[in-house]
Amino acid sequence: MTMSFSLQLAGGAVVLALLSALVSFFTAGARRFMAMPLFALAGLVALVAGAGALIAGGVATAELPLGLPWLPWQVRLDALSGFFLCVVGVVSFAVGLYAPGYLRGFEHGNDSLRALGGFTGLFLAGMLLVILADDAFMFMVAWELMSLSSYFLVVWHHDHAANRRAAFLYLLMAHVGGLSILLGYGVLASFGGGFTFEAMRGAELSFTWASVAFVLAFVGFGMKAGLVPLHVWLPEAHPVAPSHISALMSGVMLKVAVYGFIRFVFDLVGDVHWQWGVAVLIIGSVSALMGVLYALMQHDLKRLLAYHSVENIGIIFIGLGLALLFLAEGHTVIGTVAFVAALYHTINHALFKGLLFLGAGAILHSANERDLEKMGGLLRRMPWTGLFFLIGCISISALPPFNGFVSEWLTFQAALQAWQLDSGVLRSIVPIVAAVLALTGALAAACFVKVYGVAFLGQARSRAVRRARPVPLSMRVGQGILALLCLLLGVLPTAFIDLFNTVPQQLLGHGLRQATAHGWLWLTPISAQTASYGAPLVAISLFAVLVLGLWLFGRGIRRVRLCDAWDCGFAPPGSSMQYTASAFAQPIRRVFGLLFHMDDGVEPQEDGRLRHRLQVGDRSWDLFYTPVARTVERASRQVVRLQSGNIRIYLGWTLGTLLVLLWLMV
Amino acid sequence: MNPVGWLLALVQALLYIALAPLLAGWVRKVKARLQNRRGASLWQPYQDLYKLFAKEARMAHTASILFRAAPYIVFVATWLAAAAVPLLTSDLATAAIADVIVIAGLLALARFFLALAGMDVGTAFGGMGASREMFVSALAEPAMLMAVFTLAMTAHSTNLSAVVDYQLAGANLLRPSYVFALAGLLLVAIAETGRIPVDNPTTHLELTMIHEAMILEYSGRHLALMEWAAQLKLLLYGVLIANVFFPWGIARDVGAGALGLALVVLLGKLMLLGVVLAVSETVLAKMRLFRAPAFLNLALLLALLGLLSYVILEVGA
Amino acid sequence: MSLEQLPMLQQLMLVLAAMVLFTSFVLLEQARLLAAIHAFAWQGVLVALVTAIVASSSEHLHLFFSAALTLGLKALLIPWMLHRLVRRLELDRHREPLRRPALVIMAALALVIFSYWAVVPVVQQELLFTRNIVAVSLAVVLIGLLMMVIRTQAVAQVLGFMSMENGLFLAAVSATGGMPLVVELGVAFDVLVAMVLFGVFFFQIRESIDSLDVDRMNRLTEHVEEKS
Repeated sequence: MTMSFSLQLAGGAVVLALLSALVSFFTAGARRFMAMPLFALAGLVALVAGAGALIAGGVATAELPLGLPWLPWQVRLDALSGFFLCVVGVVSFAVGLYAPGYLRGFEHGNDSLRALGGFTGLFLAGMLLVILADDAFMFMVAWELMSLSSYFLVVWHHDHAANRRAAFLYLLMAHVGGLSILLGYGVLASFGGGFTFEAMRGAELSFTWASVAFVLAFVGFGMKAGLVPLHVWLPEAHPVAPSHISALMSGVMLKVAVYGFIRFVFDLVGDVHWQWGVAVLIIGSVSALMGVLYALMQHDLKRLLAYHSVENIGIIFIGLGLALLFLAEGHTVIGTVAFVAALYHTINHALFKGLLFLGAGAILHSANERDLEKMGGLLRRMPWTGLFFLIGCISISALPPFNGFVSEWLTFQAALQAWQLDSGVLRSIVPIVAAVLALTGALAAACFVKVYGVAFLGQARSRAVRRARPVPLSMRVGQGILALLCLLLGVLPTAFIDLFNTVPQQLLGHGLRQATAHGWLWLTPISAQTASYGAPLVAISLFAVLVLGLWLFGRGIRRVRLCDAWDCGFAPPGSSMQYTASAFAQPIRRVFGLLFHMDDGVEPQEDGRLRHRLQVGDRSWDLFYTPVARTVERASRQVVRLQSGNIRIYLGWTLGTLLVLLWLMV
Repeated sequence: MNPVGWLLALVQALLYIALAPLLAGWVRKVKARLQNRRGASLWQPYQDLYKLFAKEARMAHTASILFRAAPYIVFVATWLAAAAVPLLTSDLATAAIADVIVIAGLLALARFFLALAGMDVGTAFGGMGASREMFVSALAEPAMLMAVFTLAMTAHSTNLSAVVDYQLAGANLLRPSYVFALAGLLLVAIAETGRIPVDNPTTHLELTMIHEAMILEYSGRHLALMEWAAQLKLLLYGVLIANVFFPWGIARDVGAGALGLALVVLLGKLMLLGVVLAVSETVLAKMRLFRAPAFLNLALLLALLGLLSYVILEVGA
Repeated sequence: MSLEQLPMLQQLMLVLAAMVLFTSFVLLEQARLLAAIHAFAWQGVLVALVTAIVASSSEHLHLFFSAALTLGLKALLIPWMLHRLVRRLELDRHREPLRRPALVIMAALALVIFSYWAVVPVVQQELLFTRNIVAVSLAVVLIGLLMMVIRTQAVAQVLGFMSMENGLFLAAVSATGGMPLVVELGVAFDVLVAMVLFGVFFFQIRESIDSLDVDRMNRLTEHVEEKS
């Protein structure tokens, strides 16, 4: 498959996505259900196009007859775009399969399915166009298309005031971020002499201006990606959207922001500096740690998953920060390892976060419940969802032999090469980041034991959950595909790294051939002597020994006598005696209490009973946003003074402005 | 890699299973002697396991399929992790499959399922144990990784065989980083294997349990597997400390004589470590749960200081 | 320079220096005064050992004397005096846990990295081996100061002060083979006198404001204003 054919395919995917939007907007009745299969097809085509681009490894460009007269839209497909097309495509495909069953639950609601399907198609088209764009103008238009259509998706359940508030917050942050990105492109364009990416690549920037552009891009893309402290919109907006949209937003849209960052910093700016690496490392570590800690405090399942997106984006940025650091210091091989680790985590996170959100949607669909405290025992009610969700939990907790572990392992391997750095300070910072990463992984495991243990194990805590029904086949298939891919990426990392290898090759000029030089069984990122991981062997031996064990003790498999729970001889446990999600997280809440804004107390109720009140808030509001809001308010109060009501004073301002402008022109 | 290497790896893996109860028995015995009791025989853990395997397994109505699968997964994951730690010879074929980060990952996998199994029946104690286990391990795991990262950065490899070889090559070096890493790893090992002062393996008071609370509902062969996995984990940490920090005696070629010597030396080292553990368990009292973070922070601090002293004092220029 | 090329004694010195740093951390985090005094005594022992090693590997014989002096003064006499003081002031059951231990430890780790960063350009390249120890000494000094900042207990502040002195001494010994004997004697005497004065002051303060919490001494200024 040649590159230009891949590009045409990618264009086809965009057309299909738009078509699905059109179908949804302008048809009625049964035909509207064509929208979702079209959507899935768009995802599949994008996946094929991306994979084709990765395999072919060239570059294809084209010019669209759209846009400004002197700046027609440029599209370009290279390995990096191809990789992200895969990420977008695979999750969209699974979501497209899942959505018809899921949407049936909304058929009798007040909200318009027409708008939902339509904006979903536009959303996908926007994301694909962002990835294909080759000039800043088209990039920004596509970016806004993505932001605006997702705003409408977030606000879709608009009858709750809280949802509207969340959506507005999202819109606001998206635009502040968009502005920052625009300014970043502005800096590059003014040095490069044009708005095409080709011109920007040639820009000669001084360190100061390059850093200004970097900071603008980091803020802008970081805001979309949800880096702390710019993440506050994310846990508000992602949970209120319908679950398959949450999967798209958390799984895919955040990755588009990562794409933007990589494109901007590694491709357009080109020469990187170690100071940027340190900044990205620090912000990434803080995001990872804060994300997981806040996630642990949540008991709304979707909100919890949204906070985990903050964590995982942090991990991706740790990888990118290491890559920047090592590349800037001239250690190309290690930089490439870190870069590939970040890419690998990007696709991993898309897969397992998509899977988990689809699982949360399945629970919502069949039990109408998002609150962990009311769930329980779902594994027996919906065994397939339970199995897939378990796979998602293991993957996101970075446990072997699933995919999350591979990317975390690669990141650790890159960090462990810190001894090669010349600067002693950098040598000491990198291992500390590795410690944060280790802590994050362990806390994530704790969090998902909580989620799975409370939601799927034990006994049901509410009537609706007790009567939950298994979800329809299409929903199971959507989850199953993602779960299978989680396993495949975990077991066959060498095959996938070979596939992604063209990305660093094109972008950094250096591939990762040595990582797979010892055959498909061995992953050796730096050298076989330094570290190796036989992922297939680990998986096979786990499986083989398990089978052997079951065979050895197999005679007893059927011989398990059922009885009441022992529980040390206390009364037979009821569902309300189980450990709750809040109780599970209590030790961690107590130890890390400093980081939360906590309202914890016991209050008497009218009927004389006591009630435990617990509210855990995000510290970044009072540390970061309240001061900003206060400053803005104060500044606007100063501006109010101008508004005296006297028309002659206004005219005076106009005159003054005119004079200043004329003076500037001359 | 040659077939002899793989055979040897298999033998080592089997040796782990065989030796694990012995170490547990030895610690118990020494502890009993220190408390002026005669104590049970060294072979008691084997007899316990045998008896448990012969017994019928029971399970609560409320338990799901995960409850039955968990003991197997926990045991196998722990065993695989152990199989990658050099026991008798540093020339270990399996060490290339799983480096030290994978070992930590496999242990985490075992713990994940152990904690889930604790929550499966839906009893209060099970959830409590799971919550505490994940809490303690969340603090212990970074410390463990930092301690082994110190070794890995020094040896320029995360492969344990390579680390041991490196240690043997420069065995007469005094490294400040190793002192800290060893101290940190000892503390982590105590926390992770559920020993006093973090957890008490012999407690009968449910409210103070961690590990025992999670396996309260198990019986018969399931319980046997869980107990065995715990003993295996103790042995794993023992061998890790003994062979990585004090690698003397480990066989470097695959001859019967060298292997025999290695076994004898290893048993000696493990006996010594067992005595240290028993003494510390006798003189220390179990801490409150919320004192454990201070304990584990100390471990993390030691591990970080190890890394820093490697970076500052040892790399030099 | 790599560790392999160093003689055994210098390797031992590195280990001891690292352990001095560790005792600084222990001092910083210790909630109980008596335990903190013990940690301080151990720090004194370690510094004395480093001095003895430097003495044995160089021709500065007077360093043996300073080693003995350090051992006697910092590891035995001052801890003993402090011990007695604490018992007399009935503070031996006093616990003062840090309010934000993780933050403090992180700050201290940052100080270690900072002092390494600060020392690298200052000390000459030929002195690679001692440069690292100087970095550790500077970290000990800074952590001692940090301890004086965050502790509210006067006795703990004295400990921080003394450990700063340990750091300076370590730097002097490892970088330049020790100060002239006269200076060293003078410093030792100063430290001793300071200790005695501290002791006297503690009793005075305690009698007048019934506490050794330095935060409560803020009010002294207000009293003056009221009277005037």
